[in-house]
Amino acid sequence: MHMAVVPKEGSRQLLLGNEAIVRGLVEAGVGFASTYPGTPSSEIGNILEVIAPDSGMYFEFSSNEKIALETAAAAAVSGVRSFAFMKHVGVNVAADALMTLAYSGIRSGMLIMSADDPSAHSSQNEQDNRYYATLSMLPMVEPSTPQEAKDMVAEAYRISEELAVPVIYRTTTRVNHARSIVEYGSVGETKAKGHFEKDDRRFVSIPAHARMNRVRLLEAERRAAELSEASPLNFVDGEGGVGIITAGVTYTYVKEFTSGASILKLGFTNPLPERMIADFIRGKKHIIVVEELEPFLEDQVLRICAQNGLAVPVYGKRSGHLPRQWEFSPDTLKGVSTLTEVRETPAPLTGCDVKLPGRPPTLCAGCPHRGIFAATKKAVGDRPHVYCSDIGCYTLGVQDPFNTADVVICMGGGLGTAGGFSEATDQKAIAFIGDSTFFHSGITPLTSALFNGHEMVAVILDNRTTAMTGHQPNPGTGRSFGNVNTAGLDIETVVRGLGVGFVRTVDPYNVKDTIKTMKEAVDHKGLAVVISKRECPLDLKRRKTLSCKPYAVDADKCIRCYTCLKMIACPALIKGRDGTLTIDVTQCIGCGMCADVCPKDAIGEVWT
Amino acid sequence: MKYTVQIVGVGGQGVLMASMVLGNAAMAAGHDVSMSEVHGMAQRGGTVLSTLRFGDGTISPLEPRGGADLIIGFEPVETCRAVDLGNEETTFLMNLDPIYPSMVAAGFEEYPLTEELVGSIRKVSGKVLTIEAGVLAIEAGRAVTANAVMIGAAAAIDGFPLPAELLKKTLLETVPEKSKELNNKAFDLGYATMAGRK
Repeated sequence: MHMAVVPKEGSRQLLLGNEAIVRGLVEAGVGFASTYPGTPSSEIGNILEVIAPDSGMYFEFSSNEKIALETAAAAAVSGVRSFAFMKHVGVNVAADALMTLAYSGIRSGMLIMSADDPSAHSSQNEQDNRYYATLSMLPMVEPSTPQEAKDMVAEAYRISEELAVPVIYRTTTRVNHARSIVEYGSVGETKAKGHFEKDDRRFVSIPAHARMNRVRLLEAERRAAELSEASPLNFVDGEGGVGIITAGVTYTYVKEFTSGASILKLGFTNPLPERMIADFIRGKKHIIVVEELEPFLEDQVLRICAQNGLAVPVYGKRSGHLPRQWEFSPDTLKGVSTLTEVRETPAPLTGCDVKLPGRPPTLCAGCPHRGIFAATKKAVGDRPHVYCSDIGCYTLGVQDPFNTADVVICMGGGLGTAGGFSEATDQKAIAFIGDSTFFHSGITPLTSALFNGHEMVAVILDNRTTAMTGHQPNPGTGRSFGNVNTAGLDIETVVRGLGVGFVRTVDPYNVKDTIKTMKEAVDHKGLAVVISKRECPLDLKRRKTLSCKPYAVDADKCIRCYTCLKMIACPALIKGRDGTLTIDVTQCIGCGMCADVCPKDAIGEVWT
Repeated sequence: MKYTVQIVGVGGQGVLMASMVLGNAAMAAGHDVSMSEVHGMAQRGGTVLSTLRFGDGTISPLEPRGGADLIIGFEPVETCRAVDLGNEETTFLMNLDPIYPSMVAAGFEEYPLTEELVGSIRKVSGKVLTIEAGVLAIEAGRAVTANAVMIGAAAAIDGFPLPAELLKKTLLETVPEKSKELNNKAFDLGYATMAGRK
């Protein structure tokens, strides 16, 4: 996977948007990159983990997005081009740093990538982060295709350095995870070390300095507007009486599936090129604004019309032609087919008339989360409770038969809400949080729970990786890439160090033992922490270190009570149409959880 | 010319790998290519859809519903779920090896009979080609080469615009050195099986 650095200028490859961005970083000579993993941005980190040293770049997985942004900011004020990247909700975590960094500004170029996820393919919301650009008054660029995703990186660094402020580089899932042909440019010279020159009035944000920095930021914004007017990232494509204004991936839908209209394609989307937009609108029959999520462009277009005395009708979300929810596709354009020519597509076949079983994403066969969920449910019994879950694979505990997610908000939110439920209700508050999420934002709520005396159970699901986003290392695993080797932090030591009295570590594969420990934890008066420690089998498979000794069901002993299915529900357990239970050896990894809960000892290792 | 392939299946079946092979072959044949892939949460045993579009001026990574020229279904239920991606002219290449969703495995939901699934698509389309890729892959030497069987079968479909030799060459460039021989055999079995149907 060295495709991002090796190929020469002029060669072409079929690249994922995220791979194209990595190549863009290499061509722009970026010396410092940092992230907390989050889909749809994750592949960038997975590639940088491998290639960063060879391209002279320092790269790190920071403990959370705020730290990623702060470390990258330090590089950029020291003369090193830097790149902080995260998913849209990660920007919320980093927002505190972002808002004031905009005031201080930077010296070498800095991009902050926000990978938004319309339709929430892998997310808890579909917030539109373009508003962070207007909120922070920072310039923003938005690519439409993988080729642009690469090319705009260098252009965005030029903008950042000319204005001495970070630039928001905003993508959406269908740019990050689109794949198309990318032609490479030349590889830039990378500077990984700089020197910090003191300048208190810029970098020490006390009130007296902040007031003056705001004036400078407003000036940068004014100059950014001029750059936007002249930017090659904003251009008119085609002629016609009807005008379409669009940006990001929706440009590709407009370009391919409409005809006869003139398209104003915006790539530099904050500040908008207001004169260019007014000139484009003038004389048009009407304007259609095509953008996903909020009417970010549309509302500004309406204002530009009003300020320029333009009485051209503007259609889009405010007029009800296009939706605010979910990502667009070429199909969405049918909403404006009365306003412009939209390509007809053949009538889709009607759906099939057989009742199809659902196929939601699910915890893997042998996933240790199955064991801890089964044990927790058994220990809690019919005691009133609230399960406060978090962001990770274990959110899938929401499904039958576990139902171990009653509340999910955000990273670290399980522990925070558990504290609230423990005071505001008489229900037992039980929080689940993964190892990576614990280091991201789980330690602070534990200190708050101790400080305020919350009586709750915190279950830390330590599967020794950041699983959901593609198995990135985290502070608990230690680091061994990019010529840096560190030991992992021991979660039990961290929790004891905070001052938690009740701390137990269990192996969730031993379900019965785990039930006993969970019973103690649930009965404990005060804060109880249970660490459920067992490697993610998918990660072991990926690293080719998983040894499988499949199990089998002894049909003579099995009484068809289905305790194994009801408690563990592993996809390797197959209940036939006749009620017999078998184990699919192609899926079974030999974790033994089903055997551990079997009341008749009817499940055991296959002896060969 | 523009051509759209929708590849559907279940996470872990090699849908992404197959779409990469078709995409790289389309690029080698001189076409513009635009694809869309599913990454992240959906890969945990969920439905996976990969869209491949190629031809002059192709830029959108997504295709409207009903716009597919070819639907390659790696799994029968998932092929049925994707019926509305096609139209009356669409060819369906349907693998018959089922992968049971977890709720089926646990006995909470029923998996329909293969005949019912194939029949339901045949009711609305006259262009349904079925194949037992898993069986052929085992014949080739390893079950994991089922996606190579599917690529070989696609290459033999009437009107498929990419040359079989190019597809095979691209496939062999994509797979690891040690499994080239197996994939070569699997591709040929898929191709011969489908060509024999004509």
